[in-house]
Amino acid sequence: MNILLDMFVTFAKVGVMTFGGGYAMLPVLQREVVENKGWAAEEELMDYFAIGQCTPGIIAVNTATFIGQKKKGVAGGIIATLGVVFPSLVIISLLAGVITAFSHLAWVNHAFGGIRICVCVLILNAVVKLYKKAVVDRVTLAVFLIVSLGSYFLPVSPIIFIVLAAALGIVLQNIKGGK
Amino acid sequence: MLYLRLFWEFFKTGLFAVGGGMATIPFLYNMGAATGWFTDNDVANMIAVGESTPGPIGINMATYVGYITGQGQYGAPGALLGAVTATLGLITPSVIVILIIAAFLKSFRDSKYVQSAFYGLRPASTGLIAAAGLSVVVSNLFFADTLTQGFGPAFFNWKGWILALALWVLTNKVKQTKSLHPIIFILGSAVTGILLGM
Repeated sequence: MNILLDMFVTFAKVGVMTFGGGYAMLPVLQREVVENKGWAAEEELMDYFAIGQCTPGIIAVNTATFIGQKKKGVAGGIIATLGVVFPSLVIISLLAGVITAFSHLAWVNHAFGGIRICVCVLILNAVVKLYKKAVVDRVTLAVFLIVSLGSYFLPVSPIIFIVLAAALGIVLQNIKGGK
Repeated sequence: MLYLRLFWEFFKTGLFAVGGGMATIPFLYNMGAATGWFTDNDVANMIAVGESTPGPIGINMATYVGYITGQGQYGAPGALLGAVTATLGLITPSVIVILIIAAFLKSFRDSKYVQSAFYGLRPASTGLIAAAGLSVVVSNLFFADTLTQGFGPAFFNWKGWILALALWVLTNKVKQTKSLHPIIFILGSAVTGILLGM
């Protein structure tokens, strides 16, 4: 089979088997890409995954682009990425059509009323988990508080907070480093 | 033109949402408020659909947003084009950034500047998600429109609070259930919502 086609199919498989966030993808990638295809070594995958978490965008997409690029250059990076998002496009489009068609029914609205409560708890759990890794001292605590309150109460784009926080991190860390 | 704007909005999200799918949520709230394409309730529904279907959650939410936005304007054919446009918009910056980084991988990882930027980025990204979470909580656990009749018990969504408390205990405190996949809790909440008429 053509390697690019093989890549598209393999990453589409990874996309189907990933439920939820990027972290769920790691074991699937290990099996499909490292063990079955041998496209990347275990350590390379861990490196890609680590960098994928700290570069903009979806972790799954970032990791797929890395592996595809390594194997087959720019074309490989693009094909692997399109492969990983393809199942989402198909499944969600089908599902969104169904949901909007039935959204006028009372019981569907009640179901989503319950589901949104669950979303509250899921986001709370995600925030607690991220908080433990991100807030390590008084400065990071201040950043967390200012950004969460600022973003909630002010009509400011999240982009502003992200850019300022990155700049603050660079300035503060390098002042410390200079002492 | 709608599709150009859709691509652009998701391009910005893909470029500035750092830390994966959850990090796109505050951008979705901001987008809904700025464009009027969808409501806060729609975003909460998208999060649930994104979590409970195969595929990375960030991609699922983008596809869903693109679909309902396109559908709102041009019906079913517009919906598919919207889904594709939003998803491509979200992944384009990632692909460009990664292709550039791949060229000098090691120096990127070890860079003092990259490391120190993350010192500030991580709590900021967490703060943005917390603010988005607060919006979901406020619009679902309280009935703001009852405040016109004054503050009272009717202000609280009591059924919602009880369900939320039960879910919090199940996902954090009960050993047998806390590592279950979120889809279980989402489905359970859907059933509870129907039974209690939430």
